[in-house]
Amino acid sequence: MSQASIQASLDSPLSPAASGTADGALRSARRGGGAAHRAPLKAGSASPNGRKGAKAPGQSAWWALLFVGPTGIGLAIFYLWPALRTFYLSFTHTGAFGGSSWVGLENYQKLLSNPALGQALANTAIYTLISLLGIPLAMVVAALLNTKGLKGRGIYRTLYFLPVVTMPAAVAIVWRMIYNGDYGVLNQFLGLFGAHGTSWLTNPNTALVAIAVVGIWAGLGQNVVIFLAGLQGVPAEMLEAAELDGAGPVRRFIHMVIPMISPSVFFVSVMSIIGSLQVFDLVFVMMGQNNPAMPSVKTVVYLFYEAGFINHDQGTAAAIAFVLLILILVMTVLQFAMQKKWVHYE
Amino acid sequence: MKRQLAAAASIAVLGLSLTACSGGSSSGDGGGDTGTITYAIWDENQKPAMEQIAQTFEAENPGAKVEIQLTPNSQYWTKLQTAMSGGNGPDVMWMNGPQFGLYASEGQLAPLEDTGLDKANYPSSLTDLYTFDGKLYGAPKDFDTVALWYNKDLLKKAGVDVPTTWAEMQSAAKKLTTGDVKGFAAANYTQENVYDVIAQAGGEVISADHKTSGYGSPQALEGVNYLLSFIKDGSSPTAQQMVDTLPEDQFMAGKVAMIYMASYEALPFSQSSVAKSIDVAPLPEGPAGNQSVIHGLANVANAKSKHLTLAKKFAAYASGEEASKLQADTGTVIPAYNGTQDAWVKSMPQYDLQVHLDAVDGSVPYPISLRRSEWSQLEKDALPQIWAKPETAEAGLKQLGADMQAKLDAENE
Repeated sequence: MSQASIQASLDSPLSPAASGTADGALRSARRGGGAAHRAPLKAGSASPNGRKGAKAPGQSAWWALLFVGPTGIGLAIFYLWPALRTFYLSFTHTGAFGGSSWVGLENYQKLLSNPALGQALANTAIYTLISLLGIPLAMVVAALLNTKGLKGRGIYRTLYFLPVVTMPAAVAIVWRMIYNGDYGVLNQFLGLFGAHGTSWLTNPNTALVAIAVVGIWAGLGQNVVIFLAGLQGVPAEMLEAAELDGAGPVRRFIHMVIPMISPSVFFVSVMSIIGSLQVFDLVFVMMGQNNPAMPSVKTVVYLFYEAGFINHDQGTAAAIAFVLLILILVMTVLQFAMQKKWVHYE
Repeated sequence: MKRQLAAAASIAVLGLSLTACSGGSSSGDGGGDTGTITYAIWDENQKPAMEQIAQTFEAENPGAKVEIQLTPNSQYWTKLQTAMSGGNGPDVMWMNGPQFGLYASEGQLAPLEDTGLDKANYPSSLTDLYTFDGKLYGAPKDFDTVALWYNKDLLKKAGVDVPTTWAEMQSAAKKLTTGDVKGFAAANYTQENVYDVIAQAGGEVISADHKTSGYGSPQALEGVNYLLSFIKDGSSPTAQQMVDTLPEDQFMAGKVAMIYMASYEALPFSQSSVAKSIDVAPLPEGPAGNQSVIHGLANVANAKSKHLTLAKKFAAYASGEEASKLQADTGTVIPAYNGTQDAWVKSMPQYDLQVHLDAVDGSVPYPISLRRSEWSQLEKDALPQIWAKPETAEAGLKQLGADMQAKLDAENE
């Protein structure tokens, strides 16, 4: 990656931006703050200078290490080590309080022949598909918030971001009241139009959709903030030029703005899919006890929770976690492969 | 460059100070009568009473300190299991019947025999609940029985007497159902409803030796069908309505006239908007009697505690006479220590709470086995389906019985 970006900057010395915004950022970070604004000139002059510039980071690598160190150690202790441990546990029988014996692939064999896994995968897939609708929604909200001369923009942004920082348990209580079949706000609203709602969270046909809507709502603020940052990078002159050429606002948004913020869209979709595949807390707190619709909303992570903390079978729980990890890996690699077709780093 | 250096230095210092913090918290001594022990509980309502108990214990044991850790019930067991497997569990903690078998059989708890705890001071169904391999591991802290709570005003308005049998219950519930008020909340709560009615029909959820499931029996079906009859004829809210709005909340809002409820709900009831309109009566009688399930918590000591002697001493103390009186006065739960229960009855003189104490006689033990939480999950999966489709009760209970039996067979291998 770093080699490639250096190469890219050398290949097109006169237009540093051509190597992409992300690479550009990496480059200037490696050169250090002071060198950043001189970089285009240097890169433009000759290659020896460029090499010199590339050498400097070698010295500051120790500095980089020092800064990355605390995070790196935390990452190793809290993420990498548990992940390795989990991988090991997935090949063992492990009781509620540890103490494991090697069983090879047995956990995986049992898991793959368990119909509950198929159901959970289907539920998770449906949830993920629905929650992807949150991306265009966030884009539209961000675009509206980015309107020139909008009054009280800060207030709107705060309002949209509020759900992101609200406790999931509180979110669940409020939404449970909204979805209540007898006294819910939603059904009262529908009643105004003569429509009859259902008991949204206990009806197997609506429960998963109802939860996904809350998921979209809760994540909207975060996505809006990312898109707003992307929108600020769209040069106003370009849009003005297009306007003069007769492009309407919708056309400008679809053909100019979206391609220009496609890196943000890519980032948000990758994160959304990972987050959706891992959904658990919303299901756990929204459904409550004794809910007859439970079979139609149990997700993969819910299955993991049941295996690990209800059935005290940590080996199977670890196997579920790894199946999920592989799934997420595949989805993410696919997205990275497809991004070349639609993401423009310009 | 200078600025970078300063920043790096301050980060390094911060890191040092953090490690210093974490290193300083462990204070070890071999396990005598001094030191700080942690006490894990899950009920916010009971925290004041637990704090008082900790204080009186500290006063009687100079050098001892008790730190209370409150974790909401929904996260208590996951947190405890994780902490215990990491060797960082609390020294003393609340334990319940469903989880006890697992913790005792996996060697996580210390027997309390040598603490001077006398079994004779507690109801035998509770000491039995916390005995494993002939040793007592839990000091019974409190207990709860189930009784019929009813809304006097609604009964009077409908001209209905307090029902004493299943048949009277069914006709009363029908008469009480008018407008948006339902007669009886026939929820699929296990402790409050299902286990009790199965016993009242002459059945059992699990055999006395904890080896056979009783869910497939005709008696279990009879008990469950009794509960479902209220849903079928519309005198109970539906299963879905009782998920959306919990039965006890509907009762406290005056939307339900009668409910079977455990004694720990008495205090919340006494603080609700219907507080002045309600009272309590014995459970109505089924074909085999009016049994209530009895369940209670215990204080247990972590076998790996660094202050094991102190931990065991506190576990026994927190269930002792003095502590039980402190608990009873707050009205939160019925203390397990014999002779201290009257204080609980007197804590809410407006209700006939003696009913809950009388229910101890003839009560049936809460069904447990070593791996109880595994078949708890089967119940949580199966019962809501049966409640949503009452016509599937027979097949559903047979299946639940077979699934539970498979778990029991595996656990007895």
